[in-house]
Amino acid sequence: MDRYINAPLKEEIVKELKAGDYVYITGVIYSARDAAHKRMYEALEQGKEIPFDINNNIIYYLGPTPEREGQVIGSAGPTTSSRMDKYTPSLLDLGLKGMIGKGKRSQDVINSVIKNKAVYFAAVGGAGALLSKKIKSSKVIAYDDLGTEAIRELYVEDFPVIVVIDSKGNNLYEIVMQSS
Amino acid sequence: MRSIHTDEIIKNIKEMCIEANYTLASDVEEKIRGAAQKEDSKIGKQILAQLSENLDIAKNDLIPICQDTGMAIIFIKLGQEIHIEGVNLEEAVNEGIRQGYEEGYLRKSVVSDPLIRNNTKDNTPGIIHYEIVPGSQMEITVAPKGFGSENMSRIYMLKPSDGEEGVKRAILETVRLAGPNACPPIVVGVGIGGSFEKCAVLAKKALTRDLDKRSELKHIQELEEVILKEINELGIGPGGLGGRTTALGVNIETYPTHIAGLPVAINICCHVNRHVKRVL
Ligand code: SF4
Repeated sequence: MDRYINAPLKEEIVKELKAGDYVYITGVIYSARDAAHKRMYEALEQGKEIPFDINNNIIYYLGPTPEREGQVIGSAGPTTSSRMDKYTPSLLDLGLKGMIGKGKRSQDVINSVIKNKAVYFAAVGGAGALLSKKIKSSKVIAYDDLGTEAIRELYVEDFPVIVVIDSKGNNLYEIVMQSS
Repeated sequence: MRSIHTDEIIKNIKEMCIEANYTLASDVEEKIRGAAQKEDSKIGKQILAQLSENLDIAKNDLIPICQDTGMAIIFIKLGQEIHIEGVNLEEAVNEGIRQGYEEGYLRKSVVSDPLIRNNTKDNTPGIIHYEIVPGSQMEITVAPKGFGSENMSRIYMLKPSDGEEGVKRAILETVRLAGPNACPPIVVGVGIGGSFEKCAVLAKKALTRDLDKRSELKHIQELEEVILKEINELGIGPGGLGGRTTALGVNIETYPTHIAGLPVAINICCHVNRHVKRVL
């Protein structure tokens, strides 16, 4: 099913999304990948705050290329999500509602998605030029020193993703392998 | 004795780093565009269409095809009658990479120490494979490699008794484990024989071979075709979301090996299979 939804997410909407749905997201999302996750995780372990209000928000696993003059952002496709698995359950417990990446997740992450009624989306890997066109504004809001790995606040319009793991734990990657 | 100045090498490597990240070689591009027609899965078709559109946008709007613009892998075949003038060759190669990644608005994805992990901020050093060959030409191949797919690559030290079946099993297992992580449709580079490190380099080199060019060895050519067919029956599909287009090609390179061994390296590359070759 094709769905048009807004970010930040609402729990009622997340609960309706099913593995295999095509979803177009409009609104504010945040980019973070390996180094930013490590830093946020360490901050939480030390009882400190993370640099943005994560409640009901979506994190996009992204490290873009530098933009040319006149461009909002450079190439901006998803990176492999499993490298964030170690850090993800603590962020979901804090209120993170959605993730955009590519590839499989650990059982711990899947369990935490179910527990927190969240959702895991995949964007098409290797389509960074196309996806950059859906990003209308981009601003580094934290960890500037990490360069491409800094946390960015992005405004996206009709950003195309597919629901891979829904709030009930259905997993599209498993479903397609079982049916083939 | 022919002389080549390192300024020329720097300039060429710079241009090749940029070219590789904005346009794919025509064989890879045609395979991606052609696959959309042959794919039955609805999601698969849609993803392949997005990949074709992505290639158009990359070219027309000057946005790199993928945000992971890779670590620069460089193959150099140096004719032994060439004299190199200027700075040392390794410095020249890295200077070319530095300029290419800066001027081409490419991502700097290299860390100086694998454990301390500070970004070198200019994507150097590259990884250089030299080969000294007869003659007075210099052939350079620049192949920026993304690590989503690199991370899903594997080496197997098989036993001679495992034979062809064992090789097939190893390749299919690697592709299955890579699943959606390597950004399918993928290209599979395989090195069989040699030693532990030799098969890995062969597998990487196999990724730079034209997808329409089969191995010159008849039994290997057959193996390439059979394995491609079997991979595409796994059902992984574009983006790992189901379909028959899991791989665009399987290229196998071989080398003599020891009586006791059968090393096999499988280097997985995504559909953004970048390589540019020039002869100076
Ligand atoms: S695996 Fe390839 S297509 Fe996927 S993110 Fe890496 S470089 Fe891009």
